[in-house]
Amino acid sequence: MKATCWMDKRTVEVQDVPDPKILNPRDAVVRITSTAICGSDLHLYNGFIPTMKKGDVLGHEFMGEVVEVGPAVNNLSVGDRVVVPFPIACGNCAQCKREMFSLCENSNPNAWMAEKLFGFSPAGIFGYSHLTGGYAGGQAQFARVPFADVGPLKVPDELPDDKVLFLSDIFPTGYMGADMCNIQPGDVIAVWGAGPVGQFAIASAYLLGAERVIAIDRFEYRLRIAREKANAETLNYEQVDVLEALKEMTGGRGPDACIDAVGMESHAPGLEYAYDRTRQAMKLETDRPIALREAILACRNGGTVSVIGVYGGFIDKFPMGALMNRSLTIRTGQCHVQRYMRPLLERIRNGEIDPSFVITHRLTLEEAPRGYDMFLNKTDDCLKVVLSA
Amino acid sequence: MATREMLETGKWSSGKGAGLNRPRRGAAPGEAPYRPAEVPTDHQAERLARGLGWFSIGLGLAELVAPDRVADLIGVRDSRTTRSLLRGLGIREVMSGIGILTESRKAGWLWSRVGGDAIDLTLLSRAMGSDDTDRSKAAMATATVAGVALLDLRASREFSERQQQLERAMLIGEREPDRQLAAPFRMHVLRSVTVGRPLDDVYRFWRDFRNLPRVMTHLESVQVEEDGRRSHWKTRAPAGRSAEWDAELVEEIPNELIAWRSLEGSDVQNAGVVRFVPAPGNRGTEIHLELSYTPPAGVLGAIIARLFGADPGQQIQDDLYAFKQVMETGEVARSDANPRGGHLVKQRPAQPLERAPQS
Repeated sequence: MKATCWMDKRTVEVQDVPDPKILNPRDAVVRITSTAICGSDLHLYNGFIPTMKKGDVLGHEFMGEVVEVGPAVNNLSVGDRVVVPFPIACGNCAQCKREMFSLCENSNPNAWMAEKLFGFSPAGIFGYSHLTGGYAGGQAQFARVPFADVGPLKVPDELPDDKVLFLSDIFPTGYMGADMCNIQPGDVIAVWGAGPVGQFAIASAYLLGAERVIAIDRFEYRLRIAREKANAETLNYEQVDVLEALKEMTGGRGPDACIDAVGMESHAPGLEYAYDRTRQAMKLETDRPIALREAILACRNGGTVSVIGVYGGFIDKFPMGALMNRSLTIRTGQCHVQRYMRPLLERIRNGEIDPSFVITHRLTLEEAPRGYDMFLNKTDDCLKVVLSA
Repeated sequence: MATREMLETGKWSSGKGAGLNRPRRGAAPGEAPYRPAEVPTDHQAERLARGLGWFSIGLGLAELVAPDRVADLIGVRDSRTTRSLLRGLGIREVMSGIGILTESRKAGWLWSRVGGDAIDLTLLSRAMGSDDTDRSKAAMATATVAGVALLDLRASREFSERQQQLERAMLIGEREPDRQLAAPFRMHVLRSVTVGRPLDDVYRFWRDFRNLPRVMTHLESVQVEEDGRRSHWKTRAPAGRSAEWDAELVEEIPNELIAWRSLEGSDVQNAGVVRFVPAPGNRGTEIHLELSYTPPAGVLGAIIARLFGADPGQQIQDDLYAFKQVMETGEVARSDANPRGGHLVKQRPAQPLERAPQS
């Protein structure tokens, strides 16, 4: 089959690889109809995530048709149309039982690698380095899905792929970002990052009852989409001082909660970026926490900073004093997608939201390398690239 | 990495409920819970060793960085030769110091200090014979070195004795004093995992040793003899040859522990205990596995090293994870990079395999 393979930093190629097979009784094999490139794939593309091996198949946002099921899968049949969540979760362990699916204790055969970096291992993930298990990903024609009796969500035929594909990752991720803010009536939420996840965080904050949502980015086209499609108020950080603006916009109080939908490859004008970029190049720092620092400083006293941007390693100059002295709460995690898929599917069916609003480019699987380049460089006002069979 | 003290006592910390020294189910009040042979630690000796280590580093640095000042201090005439000599001694001092401070087996390094003291005393006595030497300063230096040498001697003897004691101590503990093995074990591992299944289920699954190759990726087969007490273990065979040994059940307390050791003529001498403890709340069962083994020399040793890798503790931990996976989910987690599951350092690329591997 054809699959998008990571060959080297900034190099992906669509190659011919063997078709996936059932390895375990609870596996299924899915023929992929739609898949997408994620912002976190760019961290792999840019070489920031360790333990990649030449030939690794990428991709963790995918859906399609079940073509084979293992003998222990009783709730799926060949022919079922499913969306597959990106964390691989067994459903049996203590974490899965608590609905912390991205912390599944049984799905990462390379737990020892993650333990070296993190202390304990989180769940296995499709197509996201050997740290998370070395599972082949879903930017391909087929994928093997472990624990198929737990993860994949059956979706109704009347909803086209465009509307449900993002249940695999970015819609639940944005939603969890907003959910972690514990939004109360009247709350003002600030979102750093108007990429696809940020857009869903904005939309979800409104779904969860926020009074106002303020989006922060530097790309005008992304801010425009945030205003027009997600109803946000916007700030361009290259034009205004974000901290001043947020304070003024909220009557001097600060936003009640701040969502970091940027993560480790944060950008800022000026010295701070130069500092972090240099430290990264010297391998003294692995991640750039510029948006995170700002979110912490901007948040009102006693508020919540919700971190859904992906980080891999270590950061410098973390405003711990601000956090502690102002009673801030940080809530974070890789999205526990399985927890949110069903309720969010309901919202899509009810017409409360049409997730396809983030799609700007549709390519074929063979064009994946071009898709990565476009997505990285934001060419042609690129926001979200979907690859079809 | 588990230190010897932790392995000896099964305790990572003091305090209520800590470690494995929880009362056995059914133990009579006052009866000591089962635990391996304890060797008491001596904090004073540790402090002395540490002080000597820092002293070594301090003195060594002084000799390296300011040999002229040191020469002056001990009354020896400053010259190029003296300085080179002092720098050489300085390197040795620093190395001794680092060895003492960083190694857990300190005896050798402490003895190296004693050797160094002997050299220092010899050099000082020769200096005393020279007219260029300030004899009163040299005498002070000699007295100082002699004093430190006494401390070094004491520390070296204490640590040597303790190390011998530790090596003779058997993992299986006080209850089997007549079963002491002659060979000391070199590798020790202590790891645990919590399995969300009732203790009876977990014990029963482990107790049937034939289940274990399903779970432990480095094992190929286990055959159990009729009497149920002896078993034959065979590892997988990278590069053609596997390692094999016969093991004997030393102790078995149903739903509590299984202790074993290998018999004479085994490829790998090993012994260990696996303990089953109810996890707090409704979390299930804790499995605590202590394993001691001595890697054989030569080809066999290389095979064992290949199988267990540089970090046997991690290998054992991954085996425990695989055990947990099987008990909780019914399967061992497999990925495209790691198709067998378990500990795998040399990974495939994350691509589907040509052929599914046999289980």
